[in-house]
Amino acid sequence: MEFTLDLNTVWFILIGTLLAGYAILDGFDLGIGALHLLVHTDDERRIMLNSIGPVWDGNEVWLVTGGGALFAAFPEVYATVFSGFYNAMILLLFMLIFRAVAIEFRSKRPMKWWRQTWDFAFSIASILIAFLMGVALGNIITGIPIGPDKEYTGTFLQLINPYSVLVGITTIALFMMHGSIYGVLKTEGELQNKLKGWVNNTIIFFVICYVTTTMTTLIYYPNMANHFKEFPALFIIALLNMLAIANIPREIYHGREFFAFLSSAASIALLLTLFAIGIFPNIVLSNPNPEYSLTIYNAASSEKTLTIMLIIAAIGFPFVLAYTISIYWIFRGKVKLTNMSY
Amino acid sequence: MDLEILSRLQFAITIAFHYIYPPLSIGLGVIMVVMEGMYLKTKDKFYENMTKFWVKVFALTFAIGVATGIVMEFEFGTNWATYSRFVGDVFGSALAAEGIFAFFLESGFLAVLVFGWDKVGPKMHFFSTLMVALGSMFSAIWIVVANSWMQTPAGFHIVGEGINARAEITDFWAMVFNPSSVDRLLHTLSGCWLAGSFLVISIAAFYLIRNKHIRFAKSSIKIALVVALIASFFQLFTGHQSAVGVSKNQPAKLAAMEAVFNTQTNAPLYLFGWVNEKDQEVKFGIAIPSLLSYLIGFSTDTEVKGLNDFPEDERPPVNIVFQAYHIMVAIGFLLILISVVGVFYWWRGTLFSKKWLLWIFVFSVLLPQIANQVGWITAEVGRQPWIVYGIMKTSEGLSKAVQEGQVWLSLILFTIIYLALFVLFLYLLNEKIKHGPEDVDSIPSELGHPKA
Repeated sequence: MEFTLDLNTVWFILIGTLLAGYAILDGFDLGIGALHLLVHTDDERRIMLNSIGPVWDGNEVWLVTGGGALFAAFPEVYATVFSGFYNAMILLLFMLIFRAVAIEFRSKRPMKWWRQTWDFAFSIASILIAFLMGVALGNIITGIPIGPDKEYTGTFLQLINPYSVLVGITTIALFMMHGSIYGVLKTEGELQNKLKGWVNNTIIFFVICYVTTTMTTLIYYPNMANHFKEFPALFIIALLNMLAIANIPREIYHGREFFAFLSSAASIALLLTLFAIGIFPNIVLSNPNPEYSLTIYNAASSEKTLTIMLIIAAIGFPFVLAYTISIYWIFRGKVKLTNMSY
Repeated sequence: MDLEILSRLQFAITIAFHYIYPPLSIGLGVIMVVMEGMYLKTKDKFYENMTKFWVKVFALTFAIGVATGIVMEFEFGTNWATYSRFVGDVFGSALAAEGIFAFFLESGFLAVLVFGWDKVGPKMHFFSTLMVALGSMFSAIWIVVANSWMQTPAGFHIVGEGINARAEITDFWAMVFNPSSVDRLLHTLSGCWLAGSFLVISIAAFYLIRNKHIRFAKSSIKIALVVALIASFFQLFTGHQSAVGVSKNQPAKLAAMEAVFNTQTNAPLYLFGWVNEKDQEVKFGIAIPSLLSYLIGFSTDTEVKGLNDFPEDERPPVNIVFQAYHIMVAIGFLLILISVVGVFYWWRGTLFSKKWLLWIFVFSVLLPQIANQVGWITAEVGRQPWIVYGIMKTSEGLSKAVQEGQVWLSLILFTIIYLALFVLFLYLLNEKIKHGPEDVDSIPSELGHPKA
């Protein structure tokens, strides 16, 4: 097929960028959450929590803005997916609430039962959020039943199928790996040694999931590979992705944690790129009636709105990058607990 | 109950609960900027500690605001999918702009505000406080623009027919500056400043009554009283502007606000009353003759359009809107009174010895909260049966893929979770109040500004 870089494609890429930004940034703090219960002392748990303390909130903004941008650029996708996945969305929202509240309230009281309850809520919510995101991606690959009126016609249980569960678990593994590397960056001493051990374990866990998901996708959903067959040059992305993953243990071994983290961030971005190329130009594949799929054309806002939004993005994005980079710069280095900490 | 009522109820509960917090954050934001500005100017550690205490309260309100705000961003899609398809082209861009211009600014600098005391110098910290306060107001701008577009849609045209009909933008600035956005934004913002300043006044007055943290409390009350005085008068002005706007742009809403059934000149203004919608009369009411006509047109001959001039299926519920509106107005005047009395005794130098006034201050925190809620109810219920005024009915905006049972379940869960969250909020706020501000002398020096 012909590829032209029109407004709709640009917005497909921009929404993808927002989601990749979200996955990279919130990915590590969800990963920290998933690993949280594996450390046991109160001080260590506080260090884990405070490693993401100043940034988790800003990381979540990527999701909120992604939601808003999706609403503006592809309202049909926003409407179909959010109403079609109603139960899953509500569950996701509850988990986001629990998680935010748990982070905020955990260390406010000294009682053991209080802290353990919030620790549990924080960790379970982090795992479930990662899982639900993965399940959603999985369903976009398998396709979901959509009617001629662009409405979802399936049920909630249909969304939980072996393939989407597999993608969900892969997402948990990915974020655990990413989070443990971030943890190594932010901690020192005994806790850091513990986290270093987990980096290796989570890499193995992730690679197993990754290989299984890739094989399953190629066997059952070969349409995901169509563009790669048409444009073999795209295969470089898949190759780079594997190199990025393989590079992580190497950097950890040499003690260059920051590069390990960059490598892990790159692998997330590349994975999402592979996914985006696979589904393009569909955003939501309709299965069994592919003619009802929501594409970047039939689900999009008017050209005028896409243009306005592009101007808004062009004005806003440099600022967003500037704040994000400054905040991470200000809070660089190892976590120290103070009286303003969580 | 059918899907429409359930979905409306869920939206109402989630927005009403959410709307407790952002106004507090916006109001506290302004006050923190003033306090930290005084610290920069005087270099007196006292003001820094004062700011730190309110930052902690702010962080608490902000956290719940964020947690409940994510729900709002997604709920249009989950429960109002048909509405979302119809308006995404117009309404979505305001939400996206909110994300990119406001949320990133707020959440980024919030990190410095809360956790950065010993990471950056005092000037940079002050700048962050300023940015968080601005960010929270930017967020109000875009969300009020989006909501105002639903009240007085402008800058768009309808493309397609039947289920394919869509509102598409024709003029972005006409959409942003639709006829009601500026009035409603200023009215909302002053409501937020009132919410924040009366929270400060209330907590500080409580300390004075308990004879604790005296200097902190006196200073906080003075700063907050100034904000409250300005905001309460500004509120009267913006409220008047908004009502005049409603009379022009949403006459059915105005008619419901004052229970005007028949079109008339010399329309009266009710102080209070109870509307019997069936008999079309106001019971137990006291009204000032001709005042409504006078207020909206500066002449008693101004004609006010009555509800009977609208088709029966295009009239909002009257009594709810009437009551909500009158409670809001009454509280508005009460807040002016409290602020003026406070400033008067401050000027006389006897403010802090007036126990009765301090007790009024303690409970005054509830007033702006109630006014904000009923004001919002007036605006939203008064718009019914429309979701986009004159363009799309609320009943037409629902999600088609969602069943009643699903909304029942989510509605019940939201209610339980939000109630629990509210109890938790009160508990933690109470803990913070009991703990109080740090004493200047008891703070270890390394927690101050090492770079200062």
